[in-house]
Amino acid sequence: MSEISIQEVVDNRPTGFRAVLSEFWSYFSENRGAVVGLIFFIGVVLIAVFADFIAPHAPNQQYREALLQPPFWQAGGDIKFPLGTDAIGRDMLSRLIHGSQYSLFIGCIVVSLSLAAGVILGLLAGFFRGRVDTFIMRIMDIVLAFPSLLLALVLVAVLGPSLINAMIAIAIVQQPHYVRLTRAAVMTEMTKDYVTAARVIGIRSLRLMFVTILPNCMAPLIVQAALSFSTAILDAAALGFLGMGAQPPTPEWGTMLAEAREFILRAWWVVTFPGVAILTTVLAINMMGDGLRDALDPKLKRS
Amino acid sequence: MFVYFLKKLIVVLPTFFGVTLVAFVFIRTLPGDPVMLMAGERGMSEERHVELMAEMGFDKPILVQYGVYLKQLAGGNFGTSIITKQPVLKEFTALFPATVELSLCAMLIAVFFGLPAGMIAATRRGSAFDHSVMTAALTGYSMPIFWWGLLLIIFFSGILGWTPVSGRVSLLYFFEPVTGFMLIDSLLSGQAGAFSSAVSHLILPAIVLGTIPLAVIARQTRSAMLEVLSEDYVRTARAKGLGPMRVIGLHALRNAMIPVITVIGLQVGVLFAGAILTETIFSWPGIGKWMVDSIFRRDYPAVQGGLLLIAAIVMIVNLVVDLLYGLINPQIRHTD
Repeated sequence: MSEISIQEVVDNRPTGFRAVLSEFWSYFSENRGAVVGLIFFIGVVLIAVFADFIAPHAPNQQYREALLQPPFWQAGGDIKFPLGTDAIGRDMLSRLIHGSQYSLFIGCIVVSLSLAAGVILGLLAGFFRGRVDTFIMRIMDIVLAFPSLLLALVLVAVLGPSLINAMIAIAIVQQPHYVRLTRAAVMTEMTKDYVTAARVIGIRSLRLMFVTILPNCMAPLIVQAALSFSTAILDAAALGFLGMGAQPPTPEWGTMLAEAREFILRAWWVVTFPGVAILTTVLAINMMGDGLRDALDPKLKRS
Repeated sequence: MFVYFLKKLIVVLPTFFGVTLVAFVFIRTLPGDPVMLMAGERGMSEERHVELMAEMGFDKPILVQYGVYLKQLAGGNFGTSIITKQPVLKEFTALFPATVELSLCAMLIAVFFGLPAGMIAATRRGSAFDHSVMTAALTGYSMPIFWWGLLLIIFFSGILGWTPVSGRVSLLYFFEPVTGFMLIDSLLSGQAGAFSSAVSHLILPAIVLGTIPLAVIARQTRSAMLEVLSEDYVRTARAKGLGPMRVIGLHALRNAMIPVITVIGLQVGVLFAGAILTETIFSWPGIGKWMVDSIFRRDYPAVQGGLLLIAAIVMIVNLVVDLLYGLINPQIRHTD
């Protein structure tokens, strides 16, 4: 018998958290817009964290001698109020800076609430199938039958207008998307061998669901979380604008727009700047979300 | 095809009952009971309260109340507005054409600009045009449309003075509604200037409402087109020597349209949500503004009825889109 040399095939690709991260970054950074979005978003986070130090004035401080003062580069403007003042003499720039705290807070809370609820329901539906699945998915269909902003508006009408209730309402409206995504991902994973193997070993259902299966379903959920972060900011601003979200004098961007509405033809700056803040923040997050999708979408991955 | 239709209907019907349940529960989760809500600030005596509760059936068990509610709905009774004392359905149908007109024009704008933009971007992938279309689309998709509307008002109404700020037609013109669509009615009225007045009122709200659908359609068309352009049959068509216009316009577009049509259908819910904001900004007398006003006037029967009617319309449109989809693409109705 001749000797057979067994050639071991060794996968030398690095593993572990750092390797995953560097692989992710190499895909993510291919998308230039995503990197721009990420840098901008980090900037907004820093502004929100250090708002008290950056803002030249307190957000609700009224300067009675400077009502509706234009930005500094216009005639009548003053560098003391770089972006002008609103109808009761509050500094626009300081209010915008503090507004970033609210928008990020809204995004975080809404995404955490809807993600947590959606993932649990989606896991249950995808894991147990049958009646549990039908029941959960029917309820999600019902929520999805309503236009999202309308349902959020009506929910806030029931709960009473406030920022907290607006966030709850938006989270309720958004979570069916997480349920659907999780369920679909779980159903795909359930057919794979490693799940069968884990079952054979006798792992309990709860551990199987959360420790074995869930980590493999994260990619679409992360992308959805980024996208719904921006939707949450937009919807909360819309509710604030309609008077159903954060209440004055909160410097939330949508609420600021609502207060500014009657001055649109007299003082362009009170209307323009809060909207620019909303648009650029949401745009940055969406650009980031596009990059995340490119980096995490398994269909596009080459390896 | 009929089996496919039945299958779809079986899925939709329970959802519809769920929606009625939501609308039914809505008015009962409000703080205070319905009679006290209607009495408002004035309040009422204890006896009158009990009497009214009995009269309106609120003293019966909750399931019986739901049964009565369903029976009323089946009879076309969607409740009565507290403020105007009019049937909700009558108010809804009176305002509905305004919203439909606005939404149709918004959709026309979105398709008219979004389709070609997405197509050209796909055929010139990586070009400056592609990049600018995609950046513009993502910006449109991220747009807070209530602010966008205010900006357009500042520019076109405030600075240029081209368009009016609110309403559907100038008060100079008066005519009886025939179709409910201002563009058609103003033409029918034969009054000089009425049509152009209606157009100038419509154009800004339609642009605002069409912005997000436009962005979505442009993105969807581009990605559907890119997918189709890399297919073998497109390469074959090119190899045969067909001109680019024929390959793209005829062979590729036809298959790229299927996902695009679905997306267009799915925009109906987006349009309703957008109409709430757009109509409020432009004081457009449609369903969206009526819903917001009803919420603020605490006219809860109107909110309840409106919520149900809007959800029903969205569901019906989605069902029709599903059926059309099955009609265009036989694969869909035979799988699953």
